[in-house]
Amino acid sequence: MKETVRKPVLAIGPFHPLQEEMEFFQLTVDGETVTDIDMRISYNHRGIERISETLQFDQVPYLVSRVCGICSASHPLAYVQAVEDIAGVTPPERALYVRVIINELERIHSHMLWVGLAGHFIGYDTVFMWAWKYREPVLDLLEEISGNRNQYGNVKVGGCREDIPDETIPKILKELDKLDKKTEMLTKAVLDDPVIHARLKGVGVLTKEAAIKYAVTGPTARGSDVKIDVRRDDPYAAYADLDWNVVTQPVGDVFAKAVVRLLEVLESVKIIKQAVKKLPKGPIATEVKEIPPGEGCGRAEAPRGETFHYVRSDGGNRPVRHKIRAPSYVNVPSFKATCIGQHIADVTITLAAVDPCYSCTERLAVVDSHNKVLHDYQTLLRLSREKTARIKKEIGTPEMKLEDF
Amino acid sequence: MSWRMWALKKSVWVFHVNLGACNNCDIEIVNLLTPRYDVERFGIKLVGSPRHADALLVTGVGTRQAIIRFRQVYSQTPKPCVVFLMGACACGTGIFHAGYHVEGPIDKILREMDPNAIIAYVPGCPPKPEAMISGVVKTLSAI
Amino acid sequence: MNQQELKDRLAEIKDKLIDIQQPLDDRIFLSCEAENAYAINKFLFEEVPLRFVITTGIDSDSCYEILYHYAYDQIGYIITLKAFIRDRENPSIESIAPFLPGAEWIEREIHDLLGIEFRNHPNMRRLILADDWPEGVYPLRKETRQ
Repeated sequence: MKETVRKPVLAIGPFHPLQEEMEFFQLTVDGETVTDIDMRISYNHRGIERISETLQFDQVPYLVSRVCGICSASHPLAYVQAVEDIAGVTPPERALYVRVIINELERIHSHMLWVGLAGHFIGYDTVFMWAWKYREPVLDLLEEISGNRNQYGNVKVGGCREDIPDETIPKILKELDKLDKKTEMLTKAVLDDPVIHARLKGVGVLTKEAAIKYAVTGPTARGSDVKIDVRRDDPYAAYADLDWNVVTQPVGDVFAKAVVRLLEVLESVKIIKQAVKKLPKGPIATEVKEIPPGEGCGRAEAPRGETFHYVRSDGGNRPVRHKIRAPSYVNVPSFKATCIGQHIADVTITLAAVDPCYSCTERLAVVDSHNKVLHDYQTLLRLSREKTARIKKEIGTPEMKLEDF
Repeated sequence: MSWRMWALKKSVWVFHVNLGACNNCDIEIVNLLTPRYDVERFGIKLVGSPRHADALLVTGVGTRQAIIRFRQVYSQTPKPCVVFLMGACACGTGIFHAGYHVEGPIDKILREMDPNAIIAYVPGCPPKPEAMISGVVKTLSAI
Repeated sequence: MNQQELKDRLAEIKDKLIDIQQPLDDRIFLSCEAENAYAINKFLFEEVPLRFVITTGIDSDSCYEILYHYAYDQIGYIITLKAFIRDRENPSIESIAPFLPGAEWIEREIHDLLGIEFRNHPNMRRLILADDWPEGVYPLRKETRQ
C-alpha cells in the first residue's frame, strides 16, 4: 500500500467497525472524496481449484456450483462445456434447451436480487421488498424443476441430470407472464423516476477504455458500451436457436448498469418462453465413459458476466488442472477506475453496481491510515440514503408508487 | 431462568457473519427479512454489530483468514449468545474439507475458544428460509 | 475480422512462437518461451486486439506453464498463449500488468499459489492467502501436495 500516511483510509470490510484491517475493501479518502482503493479477498478463498483435482470429473460440477451461490448454474455449465470439448461430446438437443431454461431463470432472480439491493443502498426500501418478493416465484419454479431454490445440481458432462417434467411447463409460462408484467412495471417506475436519475446518473462512471483495460464482462461491460455477451459471441447450449437482444448502454454510470440489468430480465423472459415452447423431445444426456488427454476452455454468461473454466486432462479420471474464473474477479478490481474521485456517499452504490457477492458489499467501512475505522458500513449506507433524501427534497417528487405491493 | 434468557426469548437480535461462504446461505438469510418470511414480526432483527447481538448467524466453511476475525467477533458478542451454524459448510465444512485454506469445522474452533458455547446446527445447502426460522425457534424454545 | 484474417494476424508473431495448435475450430493454442511472452501479450492485447480473459498458472513437473487466455468476440474464439518457464529453481516472467491492469490480481494470485515472480509488477503483494499463511509454501506446487 502506498505511504499515504497522513490520509485517512476508507476500509470496506467484514464484521466489525472498530477492528483493524479486517476489511474487504479499503479506501483512502481526502476529506470526503475517495483517492484510492484496495481489496483483500482471502476471506472467501477455499482453494477450490486444488480441491477439484482430488475429485473425479463427474463430481466436480457439485463443487463448482458452490463457487458462488448466485451464479450456481453458470459455473458447472462452463466446466462441463470445457470437458465436453476435451471429450468431443455434444449433448442431446433437449439437454441444451434445459440448460438454457435453468440459466435464464437464474439470471432473472439474480438481477432481481441486485435491483433490490441497489434500492436498499440508495434508500428505496420499497424497491428492495418488491424486487425480492417477485424473485420468490422464480425460486419456487427452480425448486420445482430441480429440487433446490439455489443449487440446481442439474448439469453433468454429456447433458443434464434431470428433465423438466411436462406438467411444469404451463406453470413456467404462467409465472413468466406475471413476471413480465411486474418487471415492466418496475422498470418503468425506476427508469422514469427523476430522483433515481439524479441519484444514479454520472455516478461511478466506468469509461469504455477503462472497461477494456480492466477486462470487465457482463452488465458492467455492457453498461460501458462494450458490446460483449458470451451467449451471442460464442453460442453455447441452445442460444444460437433463439431470438433475443444483447442489451448495452453507452454511458457507463450506475444508472446505465441498472438499465442493462432490468432490460435483461425482460430478454430472459423472452428466451425462456421460446425455449419452453421449442423444447424438443428426446434424451437429456449422452453417456460419456472416458475423458481423453487434452485441454478445454468452457464459458457461460453468468448474471455477472463471463464465467470461464479451463480444464486439463491427462486421460485419468480427475482433472490435472482446473482454472476457474468468476466474472466478479475481473469486475471488482474495476473499482479502481470507478470509485476514485467519488464522494463517500456514493461508494456503496458504486461498489454494488458491479454486482459483487452480497457478503462482499456488506463488508464496508472507512479506516484511517492506522486502520482505525472512521466510518462503518452502517454510516456509509446512511450517507448514501441521506443523499437520496436530499435529492428528493430538491426535486420535490412524491414517493414512488409500485402497485400491488 | 435469567432475565437475559427471558429477553432472548422475547426477541432475538442477530448478527450475520460470513466465514467463507458461497453466499447462498447469506442470501437466504437476507430473504428472511423480505415479505414472504418477514422474521421481524417474530422479533428477529439483523443488527450491524456483534456488540448488540444475542445470536450469531454464521455461514461458510471457516477459511483461515476469516477464522482470525471470527475469534474477535465471538469475543465481542455478549454472553450468553447462541451461535447458529447455517448451512452444510458451517455445520462441518462439507465438500470443502480438503481445502488447504479451510481451517474449519467452525464448531470445533468455537468449542476450543469457549467450551460453554451454545451452538445450533441448521443443515442444508442452503437451508431454506423455513428451515432457518424453524431452527431458530426450536433452539430458543429448548434453551 | 473473420477466421482467416485472425489467423493471418496471429501469424505475424510466428517467429516468437514455438507452435500454433487448433484442437477445435474456435480454440487456438499458441506456445512460446517465457522470454517472449511479454511482447506477444502486448501484441495480442493492443494490436490484434483481443479481450483479456484470465491467466492460468500450472506446475507441469519439468517446467511451469503460464497460460494467458484471450477472447476474440467477433467470432467467438478463445486464443490461449502458453508460456513455458524452464527455470524451476527461480521461476520468473515479465508482468503484463503495466499495460493490462486487468491482469494485476491474477498475477498476484499466481505468485501466492505457485511462487512465480512477476518482474515489474506494479503492486506485488499477497492477494488471496491468509495473513498468517507461511511464506514459501505454495499450495499449487506439486511438491506441496504430498
